[in-house]
Amino acid sequence: MKTYIKAISYYLPERIVTNEDLVKEFPEWTVEKVAGKVGVNQRHIVGENETASDMATCAAEKLFAEHDIDRSTIDFVLLCTQSPDYFLPTSACLIQHRLGLSTSCGALDFNLGCSGFVYGLSLAKGLIAGGIAQNVLLLTAETYSKHIHPKDKGNRTIFGDASAATLISSDGFASIEDFCLGTDGRGAENLIVKKGGMRQPNPKNDLIFDESANPSSSDYLFMNGGEIFNFTSEAVPVLIDQVLEKNKLEKEDIQLFVFHQANKYMMNYLRKLIEIESERFYICLENVGNTVSSTIPIALYEAQKEGKLQGNVLLAGFGVGYSWGGTVLKSI
Amino acid sequence: MEMQEFIKNFGAQFDETEMSEFTSTTKFRELDEWSSLNALAILNMVGKKYAVILKPEEMKATNTVQELFDLVKSKKN
Repeated sequence: MKTYIKAISYYLPERIVTNEDLVKEFPEWTVEKVAGKVGVNQRHIVGENETASDMATCAAEKLFAEHDIDRSTIDFVLLCTQSPDYFLPTSACLIQHRLGLSTSCGALDFNLGCSGFVYGLSLAKGLIAGGIAQNVLLLTAETYSKHIHPKDKGNRTIFGDASAATLISSDGFASIEDFCLGTDGRGAENLIVKKGGMRQPNPKNDLIFDESANPSSSDYLFMNGGEIFNFTSEAVPVLIDQVLEKNKLEKEDIQLFVFHQANKYMMNYLRKLIEIESERFYICLENVGNTVSSTIPIALYEAQKEGKLQGNVLLAGFGVGYSWGGTVLKSI
Repeated sequence: MEMQEFIKNFGAQFDETEMSEFTSTTKFRELDEWSSLNALAILNMVGKKYAVILKPEEMKATNTVQELFDLVKSKKN
């Protein structure tokens, strides 16, 4: 059975942090230059009491309103987040109740970052193809701002909070074709938040600053930029080849490439490495930043608005884990 | 290992600086668009094209394209 993306909406928290705001906080640092390089002018950040599940609920409400979707038809909720409300229960259960969805609805969270949207599509496709569900609500919601140390200027420049809601069904505007997925847990230590899990339940208070005044602590989000850069430049070109082969397509058959919006420099680096012209490569992070699992659905929403979702669209998500995945959407 | 080709590979890691601006004497850290992201891309390029794994701190000691070329060449031999 064919499965389709039927509708996408997204939600951004109210508070905006502009580059000017960051300049005020880090006057000694070249915010404008770095922000220009990573291609982010502003990012939205959740309030202290706002969580990923709050954003996901808002994104779903927007989806229902914007696309006139009857919520009683939803029979499965998948929430991709690394910032759940609690260890238990699953945030997707809280969301099912808050959205007033049927109690015959399945609901679960899955913990992935930048590859999460592609994985979510693969799970949704499996649920529909297996006859388990008919209308899957895929929610991606992330609040990395809560994991980042306030003095971590680099990550604060790149990451933004957001949530996206995608409806996957047996009809829609783009069919979901074949997938390639990958995992390499050897990279776990290179993008990690240690505090709060069972292996390190309590803060270690091990904060140190390097010679560039960048903080490093196991109590906050740690990213080894160099290693992530190397992983991405190794894994993504191979992933693209595999996805094309699996879908029996050539690079020329793809009308638009929509990658995880990591940062502008990294994306252009990958684009040049894979030899894709900029016209067929969608970049959309200027006003939202890297929103982790929501970058691809936000980009798809904006590309559709611009009339750019035509023909074959190749999606690729990659990051924390390491975890990566790609698929092709065929617009109809 | 040839200098002209190295300059071309080096310059390809920049988005805004014209290729014609790159010579062996270019002080790359003084370029407007220089950042740590370029350094990562250059380290990656050196690994791929010249099979030399440089540590970021080794690259930190170089300031011109020539100095980096010499470092890569010395590691290759």
